[in-house]
This record gives sequence, C-alpha cells and structure tokens, in this order.
Amino acid sequence: MEPSVAVKDLTLSFGAVEVLKKLNLDIGQGEFLVLLGPSGCGKSTLLNCIAGLLDITDGQIFINGKNVTWEEPKDRGIGMVFQSYALYPQMDVRGNLSFGLKNAGFEKAEIAKRIERTAEILQIQPLLDRKPAALSGGQRQRVAIGRALVRDVDVFLFDEPLSNLDAKLRSELRVEIKRLHQQLENTMVYVTHDQIEALTLADRVAVMRGGVIQQLSDPKTIYNKPANLFVAGFIGSPPMSMLEGTLRDTGAGMNFVADGIDIPLAGYDGNLSGQDGASVVLGLRPEHIVINEDLDGPGLQATLDIEEPMGSDTLIWLRTEGRQISVRTGTDHPFRPKQEVRLELDISKASIFDVGTERRL
Amino acid sequence: MSMSQNISDTGPRGPKPTRRISRRNIFLYGTLIVISVYYLLPLYVMVVTSLKGMPEIRLGNIFSPPVEITFEPWVKAWSAACTGLNCDGLSRGFWNSVQITVPSVIISIIIASVNGYALANWRFKGAQAFFTILIFGAFIPYQVMIYPIVIILREMGLYGSLWGLVIVHTVFGMPILTLLFRNYFTSIPEELFKAARVDGAGFWGIYFKIMLPMSLPIFVVAMILQVTGIWNDFLFGVIYTKPDLYPMTVQLNNIVNSVQGVKEYNVNMAATILTGLVPLIVYFVSGKLFVRGIAAGAVKG
Repeated sequence: MEPSVAVKDLTLSFGAVEVLKKLNLDIGQGEFLVLLGPSGCGKSTLLNCIAGLLDITDGQIFINGKNVTWEEPKDRGIGMVFQSYALYPQMDVRGNLSFGLKNAGFEKAEIAKRIERTAEILQIQPLLDRKPAALSGGQRQRVAIGRALVRDVDVFLFDEPLSNLDAKLRSELRVEIKRLHQQLENTMVYVTHDQIEALTLADRVAVMRGGVIQQLSDPKTIYNKPANLFVAGFIGSPPMSMLEGTLRDTGAGMNFVADGIDIPLAGYDGNLSGQDGASVVLGLRPEHIVINEDLDGPGLQATLDIEEPMGSDTLIWLRTEGRQISVRTGTDHPFRPKQEVRLELDISKASIFDVGTERRL
Repeated sequence: MSMSQNISDTGPRGPKPTRRISRRNIFLYGTLIVISVYYLLPLYVMVVTSLKGMPEIRLGNIFSPPVEITFEPWVKAWSAACTGLNCDGLSRGFWNSVQITVPSVIISIIIASVNGYALANWRFKGAQAFFTILIFGAFIPYQVMIYPIVIILREMGLYGSLWGLVIVHTVFGMPILTLLFRNYFTSIPEELFKAARVDGAGFWGIYFKIMLPMSLPIFVVAMILQVTGIWNDFLFGVIYTKPDLYPMTVQLNNIVNSVQGVKEYNVNMAATILTGLVPLIVYFVSGKLFVRGIAAGAVKG
C-alpha cells in the first residue's frame, strides 16, 4: 500500500546548521505516528517541513503519492494543530472554523454543514458563537482540532497540542485524540516531548535526536528493546538503571561482570555471541527487578536509600557499589531505609548496550 | 501543651498600615507638582495673554488673569492677521496643513504597515539588507537630502506643490514607521501566521483578515506620531511649498515674526495655541491606545 506521507532524504539547514540530516520516513495510511525527542531535536521542524511551512534544503515530500515538495501548505491536504492553539482572536469559533473553507471558496451551505458536523464530533456546539478569549484552554484546543477537522483532510499534523494544558486536561484530551483517531481513521503525525503521550497514542514512535531518527518502532518495542543508549535513557520515568561492566564467556554462557557483580545472562533477548570481553552497559527497567530480603541467592547486594510512594505503586532507590538503581514495587512492602537486600534481575527483559557504538546487542 | 501557647491574638494583623504623609510621599508628590508647574506655567501665560486686550498686556503683569476677557485676538489670529500682503489670518494655513497631513499620514501608514508585515512574517530574500538600509535612512540628517530632493521634485514637476510635500513626508516617515510595524507584527505569535497559511490565506488575506484586526493600537501610535510630526513640520513646509501653500506652522512664524507695526502679543499667543491644537486633541483623544501600542511595539527588537 502507498504510504500516506513519505519523506525522502529530507535535509534542512539554517545557514551552516543542519537541523535535519537526510531523513527518511514512511507513514502508512491511517497510521498514528508520534515524533518524540528532547527540545531541539528537529521534531517540530520536520512537522513544519511536512506542512510546507518551512522551505527545505534538499529532499522530497510525498503526501498520498503526490510530490508536494513545492506545494503551498493549503494544497497539501493537511490540517495542523498548534501548541499555542493559534486561534484567530478577532473571530468567534464559527469564524475560526470557517476561515479555511472560505479561503478555499466553499459554498455557504457546505460550510455550515461541515461546521455542524465538526462541532458535533468535538462537542463544541455551545461554543460556536464565542470568541477564543472566552474559552478555557481545553476548549480552545478542541476548537483548534476542529479547525483541522473541518477541512476534511487526509493528514493531521499535531505540534505539541497538549503542552499548554494542565496535567488533568492533558490526560483527558489525550484520550479524546485517540478516540478521534479511531473514529476518523486519518493519518496523524504528532509531535511531543512527553513520552507518556507518545507511548499511549502512537501506532509507531519515531524517537529523534539531533535531526536523526534514532528508532522507529511500535511503543512496546521502543520501551522494551530500545535501539540504543539514548532511547533507553529518554524513554521511561524513572529511566533505566544502567550498570557498566564487561561481558565474560564462562563456557556455559555469557556473564555480566563488574566489581562485586557477576551475573549470568542466560535468557537475554538478543545476540551476545562473540562479544567476550566487550565493555557494555546493562540496562534494567525498575519493574524488572525484584527486591528480596533473603540475602542468599543469585543477584546483586544493595542498600535501600529512599522510597517514593506514587499512589499506585512505590519506587525504591537503592545503592550498590556507588551506583543507583531504582525498583518499582507494590505499596505494601516490608523494606526500611538502610536495609541490606538482594536484587533479583529479570535478564530476559534487560537490555545490553555496547559502550563504543551505544547500540543494543 | 498547646502549640499555640506563644501565639497571642494581639499584635499586628491584616495589611500593614501606611502613613499618608511620609517622607517618601512628600518627595514623590513634591517632584510631580514641580514638574507639572514647570510645563503648565508657559501654557497658562499663553492662554491668559491671548484673552487680554493690548492695553492690559502693556501693564506687564504677565501672570495675572485677564481683567476684561476678550476673544478678539483669537478671531484676528484665525481670520485677519497679516503675513506679508495677505491678511486672511491662519485659516488658509490651517487648510493647507490639513491637505498636507491627511494624505501623508494615510499613505505613509499604509505603505509602512505592509512593509513591516512583509519584513516580520515573510522572510523574503534580501529582507535583512532592505531593513538595514531602511533603518540607516532614519539616521541620515535631513539637511543632507534637502537639495537633492528639490531637484528630484523639480524633475517630477511637483516642486512647490502640496503633493510634492506629501511625498517628502511619506518618504521621511518610512524608516521609523516600518520599524514600529515590524516590531509589532513580530510580537504577534508566529503560529497564528502559520495557521492562516495552512488555512489557505495568502499574503493579502493574512494581512487584512488576521493581522490588521489585531493591530489597532499600533496603527493609533503610528497615526499620532505622523500627525504630530507632519503638522509640526516647519523645515520641509518652508522649502518645498510656495507662499500661498504654506502650512500652518510656516504661517504662524510669519505672523509672529512680522517686523512691521506693533507686536500684538495676544494675537501671537492665540495663533500659537490654534496651531498646536490639532496634535493636542489627537493626544487627548487617543492617549490610552498610544501608551498601549508603544509598550507592545517596544518589547521585541
């Protein structure tokens, strides 16, 4: 099937600064793709390029098989939602929704019909005659989404649409956007720096850094098998605990060795063969470690440092040989600060990275 | 043992009281009053003198209010004071000034606002160079350009006409006005502009439907700057027009500085106030918007 949006060898530089470097990306029909990364990674820039709001330096952009590299934003068949809502302050909601349609020369009856339908989908009928200043943040963003919706386009572009909202509204609208996507089955490209948004909404996530896509995969893979150290550190809150050490081939299998630690890596989901003696980083998610009061057995000795009750679960920070490890556990746990414990690691869910290439093995 | 044992119900409570007559207040209001007097006293003398007859003025008490109020000096200043051979007062100059100011203000604001909009939102090729040259123009002393402009206007056949002067005012207003509008439009969120582009509005569509309705304050600022600047202009008026087209300021000068006969201080004062009335009214009517627009335009450079 033809991709909905295809980006080919896209390069964008401002003077000597290369913001995007030979970027390639195919987005399927009806796919929800999230561009995720820290600020300055080029994710918003990429979105603006797709929208046609920035002139690119090199490369091509296709939307629904049509080369739109030189097209104006209005001719690309896209709708865009901005972080600051960008509603026209002097027009009421109806005016905001109809502005694009009037510019495109639609009939009055058709405009009214589309506004009606959009308002119904987003449940903003009572707001149609209000000015943006008289709306709350959540209502404004809903209208902004409506402005994209009313144009009946194939591709929706979201530029951090929820970042200006408070935490509660954010999670509400997040669910609404997901529901909207299920209902409309449009292609959506969504830029965010919030990993929760990325993991909850996306069919696929593209994690970006320095204008390069680090990993493009479904949320589960991004979370469980990060392609490199950057993705591993960026995704997850708190991030993976990282232990530095070396691999040693014991004959029976590969072991992870660091001072005071010697753990067999049996069951690791990856290829470690031929890596004897390699310097590596062992990364473990907080929920893939179990704390055991019984000190006898395999694993790792550690001392409890502090605990952070989160409501649904508790995060425990421990120290071992000068390193910090976080563990997620239930709210009812018997552990006390300063207690000596043993950590059992679930190696099958761990990730091991080569220190030199920073890639997952 | 109760924790609030040491906390008593007496003592300070609620807002801290402020003294009305403190050293700080005396200093503050004293300064304000002195400065107000400094500016208002000349105005007071002008108004009072313009309402006196000549015999009363000769007594020399310039601060005393008029014993017998007369509006004759005002009438004479407006319609009968002599400049050279003409004795029809300031009225002719007033209408000349109106005919100069209105088109200059409108044309310069229209062009400058589009300039500023293009510079702020459409980063066209050479925008930076264009802007630099324009700003540089604001610092070239007028005197350098007087004679070249005389020649240009003569070649265009506009020398000595009102439209020649209108063109000169429009051109000289351009750097500062463009800067003003550019800064204001830069302060409008860029996403709004982007949203309008996605919605299919073009250069003029965005200008008229999005930018203009949001920019009333800055248009008022530009209008005040231009009205006062052009109305008060003397130099260009005296150089680029002929005597029967002289603006009000030039005529005022000719009335006040006429060497023949008695110096009619009351008529001079009335004429001066009449000339300054237009900018004064513009300030009073739109002062609030002026301050708002100046503040909004000044934030970003």
